[in-house]
Amino acid sequence: MRSDYSGVQVTALVALRFAIGWHFFYEGVAKAVNAYWTSAGYLDQSQGFLSEWFVDLASNPGTLAVVDVLNVWGLILVGLGLMLGGLTRTATFFGIIMLALYYLATPPWPGFVYTIPSEGAYLIINKTFIELCALFVTLFFPTGHIVGLDRLLRLARGKGTVQESSA
Amino acid sequence: MSDEIRNGDEELFDDADLQEGEAPTEGAAEPDPEPVTEPASEPPADDPTPPPPPPVEPPPSRSGGIGRRDLVKALATVPVIGALGYSALRRKGLADDERERLLAELGIEDEGSAVFSELTTMTHPDTLRIGIVGYGGEGESLIRSLGFAHPDWIQARREAKIENPRDTWLDEWLEQENLNLELTAVCDVFDVRAERAIAASTQPIRPGGDTRQLKPAKRYRHYEELCNAPDVDAVIIATPDHLHSPITVAAANAGKHVYCEKCMTRTEEGVWPMADAVKQSGIVFQLGHQNRQMESHEKAREVVDKGVLGPITLVETTTNRNDPWGAWVWDIHEDGNPRTIDWELFQENAGNEVPFSLERFFRWRCWYDYGTGLSGDLLSHEYDAINQVLNLGIPHSAVASGGVYFFKDGRDVPDVWQAVFEYPDRDLTLIYSSTLANGRDRGIVMMGHDASMEVGTRLKVTADGSSTRYQEMLEEGLVRRDRPMLTYQSGFKGVDAVTTPTQEYFASRGLLFTYRGGRRVSTYYLHLREWLNAIRYGGDTSCNIDRGIEEAITCHMATKSYLEGRRVYWDPIQRKIV
Repeated sequence: MRSDYSGVQVTALVALRFAIGWHFFYEGVAKAVNAYWTSAGYLDQSQGFLSEWFVDLASNPGTLAVVDVLNVWGLILVGLGLMLGGLTRTATFFGIIMLALYYLATPPWPGFVYTIPSEGAYLIINKTFIELCALFVTLFFPTGHIVGLDRLLRLARGKGTVQESSA
Repeated sequence: MSDEIRNGDEELFDDADLQEGEAPTEGAAEPDPEPVTEPASEPPADDPTPPPPPPVEPPPSRSGGIGRRDLVKALATVPVIGALGYSALRRKGLADDERERLLAELGIEDEGSAVFSELTTMTHPDTLRIGIVGYGGEGESLIRSLGFAHPDWIQARREAKIENPRDTWLDEWLEQENLNLELTAVCDVFDVRAERAIAASTQPIRPGGDTRQLKPAKRYRHYEELCNAPDVDAVIIATPDHLHSPITVAAANAGKHVYCEKCMTRTEEGVWPMADAVKQSGIVFQLGHQNRQMESHEKAREVVDKGVLGPITLVETTTNRNDPWGAWVWDIHEDGNPRTIDWELFQENAGNEVPFSLERFFRWRCWYDYGTGLSGDLLSHEYDAINQVLNLGIPHSAVASGGVYFFKDGRDVPDVWQAVFEYPDRDLTLIYSSTLANGRDRGIVMMGHDASMEVGTRLKVTADGSSTRYQEMLEEGLVRRDRPMLTYQSGFKGVDAVTTPTQEYFASRGLLFTYRGGRRVSTYYLHLREWLNAIRYGGDTSCNIDRGIEEAITCHMATKSYLEGRRVYWDPIQRKIV
């Protein structure tokens, strides 16, 4: 198949994908190595239409343990997928779901006040939302098959080499 | 439509792993069984443009498709990830090294307290028969912690859980062990409360899968009768303070074990007959400082024992509450009147006898005739918490001051009150400072030459900038003045339902619950269980009569100082406040 991205476009898209992957991966690793980390405080201050569900998750030690493990390993695997460009679409898809959950847990909508202070001023759009949008770009402008393990997977599956435009 | 977008769409439709519901780690890694063909290039349904022409590149062979160039491109990001992994691990390693070095330097165990492990459920073959004297708010909490809840409480907790899913009190209560008890006897001067205790004694929903059919508790008019009843093995005393001493003496003389609420007595004079009766009878005695069960207090003790704080010269402890309930303006029951309340018995051993008063009966903590105000109610808890950690014992001297500055409702105990205790043999001063008209969270602080420690459900130790012990570590940056060098949070992950300011105060002091093996557990339950286990299997209680003497004398020194307007001293020879 052909890729019609220019060299600059490929570089920019891979850089975006890689940066988001790095962010996911390190967030996951930092939580994994901290024995005291828990999502309880974050879930507890949830507001908006899903807040009851999030608070429910936090209030039961059993479900909270599952949520914590899923979150940590979700972050690490999505991060690795995006950085390595392997199973990129799957990683992007789950990354979008995770970001959507983070966004909906504490949406910066008018009328909601949070006890954990944010480091900036946000109205409706926050950095989570922007990262979510960036992942949509990654989903629809994929690069894993150009720079990434998906290139090998594609070849192994016999789906053809990648011809890049010389422009 | 631009080429780039078309390319993206192709990819989306080509690699439809997700739509096939495959697990992310499988599927894509397996060889595609499909023959080598061009990817389907159907546009989305809403795409107005015709399908793009199939690309004209030649189909590659399965084996010969991977060239050096492909490998380089496929693995282009791996070196950077290696660098990320390395730096992350290095950062973690450095942090771990620093942490380990610091903990080793301080001699502190990394884990939670060794004293408290996960609760193991015991079965008790013998039934203990309990009598309760004083079934007011505190009495009801204690009896409920033993497994006998009033039906109203069960109903209220169920409704609270519907309202707030975080409210797990009922579940936690049901998870308690079956203590194999019977509530056989009740004595309360107010008919309504006695009836409530009887209702709780047969209420069929009980913790630990206890399904026994129980007989209703018998009501006794006088505590002497209850203490001498043959079907009572142990007595819980939750009356106002002025009755603690005579009831304990009656129970001990009858050979009944005693769990008594704090403050241990209302007066200095009440301490000695009570202590003698307990010691001579050999009964098991527990004073109701349930925060003895706090996990974090044990950790605080370890921190102090290891000398992390250096010489401690000043300890500050506080009570700030800011609502009428916290200032003992408790509800006056609509059915309270001279016919339903045995006023004469209530006044037995009180400071003064006065005509019937609903306010005095229902808000007894506001008068010195029945208690000692902030001293016996709240300083007693704060002092006992510090005594757990520092083993202070009875102070050398005390001076106290304060006044009725906010709740000018006829009370004679102060609502703003401070007390200073000197311990010259420990080179230490203890300051207690309290107001019932401000809710600022001040907590307990222990101040040493090398570090300060804040004590609550969590511990926070911060090095002192002029510390001798940490001078090198401070210069190195291993320890910083603006950041705690040690924190400890009882092993719990989850959310607590603590809703009112007074509840927050109680929770922060371990007066409601603590944690065992990561689960929230009522400290009332743990403290009572410790007493019951000592009755059944021997051993001592954590707040025994000696700790009780220290608590009572300390509180009474401050009360005497306030009432007499002078500094008072403890005479260890005469065993008397002078």
